[in-house]
Amino acid sequence: MELLNVYQNNYLIVFAFLCLGVLLPVVALYLGKLLRPHVPSDAKYTTYESGIEPFHDSRVQFNVRYYIFALMFVIFDVETVFLYPWAVAYDKLGIFALVEMLIFVAMLLIGLIYAWKKKVLQWI
Amino acid sequence: MIEELLQSSPGWANFGIFFLLGAVLLLIVLGFVTYGILAERKVLGYMQLRHGPNQVGGKWGLLQTVADVLKLLLKEDIIPKAADKPLFIIAPAIAFAPSFMVLATMPFTDKFQFADIGVGLLYYIAVSGLTVFGMVLGGWASNNKYALLGGMRAAAQMISYEIPLVMSVLGVILLTGSLNLNEIVTHQEHGWFILLQPIGFIVFFIASIAELNRTPFDLPESENELVAGYHVEYSGFRWAFFMLAEYVYLFAMSALITVVFLGGWLAPFGFLDFIPGAVWFALKFSVVVFIYIWLRATLPRFRADRLMEFGWKVLLPIALANIFLTALLKSLFF
Repeated sequence: MELLNVYQNNYLIVFAFLCLGVLLPVVALYLGKLLRPHVPSDAKYTTYESGIEPFHDSRVQFNVRYYIFALMFVIFDVETVFLYPWAVAYDKLGIFALVEMLIFVAMLLIGLIYAWKKKVLQWI
Repeated sequence: MIEELLQSSPGWANFGIFFLLGAVLLLIVLGFVTYGILAERKVLGYMQLRHGPNQVGGKWGLLQTVADVLKLLLKEDIIPKAADKPLFIIAPAIAFAPSFMVLATMPFTDKFQFADIGVGLLYYIAVSGLTVFGMVLGGWASNNKYALLGGMRAAAQMISYEIPLVMSVLGVILLTGSLNLNEIVTHQEHGWFILLQPIGFIVFFIASIAELNRTPFDLPESENELVAGYHVEYSGFRWAFFMLAEYVYLFAMSALITVVFLGGWLAPFGFLDFIPGAVWFALKFSVVVFIYIWLRATLPRFRADRLMEFGWKVLLPIALANIFLTALLKSLFF
């Protein structure tokens, strides 16, 4: 029972930190609202574009490269999800798990080499 | 007293106490940020053969950052008409909240620490990854071309360097057999992990600079090409929260490097044990912060294409090789 309490209390601390992290911006920005001036004018609220009049929306079709990097990220991040428990339990698993993990990583490495050869990793 | 508190059943009273203790840490961190910025400007100044701030608060410019914060607090808040207002408002909070949350599991000394959870290291990495949402949302919500480019670059850079970052600590986890940061520190009594894991440390350090968006990897906010990147439309205190998040991450990352690779609060040699752990932690922590500042003064900014290629073609294979080298060495010699 005490162990459970310790466990729950530790996550309660994490929650307290989350509350503090959200509260600081909220409180500071609210206090700032009472202090700062508010003098609206049309020119102030235009989008900044180094002095020229901003033209059309900035949310246009974007370079697909960013998307491909995001896909690569997902693949390798999922790999780390498998690597972490393996590393923690490595003492109990031994050399057999090492060979298995080597095969798993080798397969992903083939993917990385494929992407490399396809020039996906090259940023233009 | 804290032991009893941790063993009592959780409730509002406990939450209140934790909240107050956390608020104390928040004040300490804000103090660090205030003087960390000053230290950075001073060190950069002396490295470039000039004085840095020396007007406000005496010869050392001790009140310079305080004055800057007050100025930001009194500045008018401008939200552009074309911006997506709700997202624009919550983006700085999303960027800041995780930067403080990661400190919950950080063991500063064996007594001065907050949550002691089993997955401490994983918690740090997972929560610190959330900040990129704040940057992308801020950049997208501004509806500004520079900001959007900066936000996208921030996302691409941070996800690319997160992979080497998480893989390079795997060597440490293999040697410790635990993700708990306390156990990682106590495991270093006979040798710091910077000596046992030199490759892992170098990869981690490089990737951490990229995660912090500091020079030479400060492409998301490169002043001379993107003006200021994702926060170009932000002004006053909203902008201050992006900057605050960046410096709180500097604090957190330096603390993490101290804990994971430099033995945390442990003394380097047994006979130096009489000096309290807090002093050792502060010393190592200051050295790491100084090296970050030093690198900023030394290295020019990376080119965008080199940046991505370096992450994927150099750091990732090295980090992977390091994992298996460590695993092999461990089953042979330990």
